[in-house]
Amino acid sequence: MKIATSIRSFLSETGSVARFVYRYLQELLSPRYEVRQFIRQCFIIGYNSLPLIGVTGFIMGLVLTMQLRPTLLTYGVVSKLPVMVSLAIVREIGPVISALIFAGKISSSMGAELGSMKVTEQIDAMEVSGTNPFKYLIVTRVLAATLMLPVLTIMSDAIGLYGSYLGVNIRDHTSLNLYFFEVFNTLHFGDVLPAIIKTFFFGFAIGIIGCYKGYNSSKGTEGVGRAANSAVVISSVAVFIIDLLAVQITDVLGLN
Amino acid sequence: MMTTTENIKQEAVANNNAPVIVIKDLKKGFGNRIVLNGFSIELKRGESLVILGKSGSGKSVLIKCIIGLLQADSGTIEVLGKNIDRLDHKHMDELRSHIGFLFQSNALYDSMTIRQNLQFPMRRHLGDLSREEVNRRVIETLTNVGLAQTVDMMPSELSGGMQKRVALARALILNPEIILYDEPTTGLDPITGREISKLMTDIQHKYRTSSIIISHDMNCVKRTADRIALLVNGVCYALGTYDELSTSDDENIKQFFE
Ligand SMILES: Nc1ncnc2c1ncn2[C@@H]1O[C@H](COP(=O)(O)OP(=O)(O)OP(=O)(O)O)[C@@H](O)[C@H]1O
Ligand SMILES: [Mg+2]
Repeated sequence: MKIATSIRSFLSETGSVARFVYRYLQELLSPRYEVRQFIRQCFIIGYNSLPLIGVTGFIMGLVLTMQLRPTLLTYGVVSKLPVMVSLAIVREIGPVISALIFAGKISSSMGAELGSMKVTEQIDAMEVSGTNPFKYLIVTRVLAATLMLPVLTIMSDAIGLYGSYLGVNIRDHTSLNLYFFEVFNTLHFGDVLPAIIKTFFFGFAIGIIGCYKGYNSSKGTEGVGRAANSAVVISSVAVFIIDLLAVQITDVLGLN
Repeated sequence: MMTTTENIKQEAVANNNAPVIVIKDLKKGFGNRIVLNGFSIELKRGESLVILGKSGSGKSVLIKCIIGLLQADSGTIEVLGKNIDRLDHKHMDELRSHIGFLFQSNALYDSMTIRQNLQFPMRRHLGDLSREEVNRRVIETLTNVGLAQTVDMMPSELSGGMQKRVALARALILNPEIILYDEPTTGLDPITGREISKLMTDIQHKYRTSSIIISHDMNCVKRTADRIALLVNGVCYALGTYDELSTSDDENIKQFFE
């Protein structure tokens, strides 16, 4: 009985997320275009997440290098350190860690901001003032998240690789030139492109879940808190699920 | 020649007190709970109509149906001669630019300054105004509610009563033909409350606006009401002037005037 109701509520929630996505696509394509708001959101979303994503990227690169080194040393392939680390960062760690940080920061703030706008009737006030709140608030945010995460991921990858370079230099000595020569010798188009493409989907999922939760949050401060919280949880899980699907697809395409 | 006849006709219609809002048999519920159960009323041009009703009786729901924020379950609402059910987005926005709406909760945009709050409806509805014109109207409207000095503050820096007055300014900034006030004087001290009531009647006389006012504040009601409608059990229970209703013998009516 209890399972039945929770399955039913899961399905109906999924249905309403699907309707939300459908409406997003509809409103995205039809005029009027809120260009100014979109640019503003890109700036807010991108700029605010950059420091955090940069720092974590750097640390991941450094730590990964230092931890891999002893293992590679055992097998006598320590010279392959740049190769291994760069593959790990570009293909998996960079995109996923950036997306998780992004989910924690952006999805929750979207949930909380839109949720409180909803409960204080600011969204209704926009509608009365000749503005389509869905376009003005939701479309701009989701599109900005979709486009900004790939940019942030590329930056995080670059910073991570630099961190890895420093990690190599703690024990050995390589020049930056030599290090990046090794890295770019290893990385192929088939490593970089699928990894970047999946970040568009990460960004979209994070944006749409944050906005959905905020836009549909229930009345009261408690509702707002719940919206922010479940936005983070669900969008983080969504990142892993998309990652899982992405790896199957690249596998089928022979890109792994 | 044609145009003059047109004008005369329009004048005639206006003078005729053709109603600006006509609500017929409006029904609205949430889930199983019925809030409005066949509410009908007309708002005449240039009139202020006060709606009285207990808390939770559906007053806010009623005016949200009028502006199209809530969809009625059945019944018709005509605003300025247009049935709002049949309007698409574009025409609805056009119609809304003739209506000022004061939210009970103020609904000020808390990420924007007071200036931006007031600019928002202007930019959105009118679009092509010059910067000077926009600023002039912002200051003028804020001066009317006595808050010109707050123009560059954030809503959170203002007291509750000041926020109410800013929200009022935002509702008035487009010089709307119809104004829907949801509790304009609630939370204000008696003196400011009186000033706001006076401002409301001044605007009504100066621009010949029509308004629906939801209020519990009997001073405000007395000052502003041309007619009063009592909303009881989802219908318009009684309709009349202040003097008519306040001297009524009906128990349901009397309790509002004690
Ligand atoms: N969006 C909504 N969803 C569900 N129920 C609602 C909604 N809006 C209003 N209601 C219900 O409708 C009823 C009337 O609400 P409304 O806000 O119109 O009351 P009111 O007459 O304005 O009261 P007050 O004087 O306290 O402001 C209430 O019982 C409320 O619970
Ligand atoms: Mg109310």
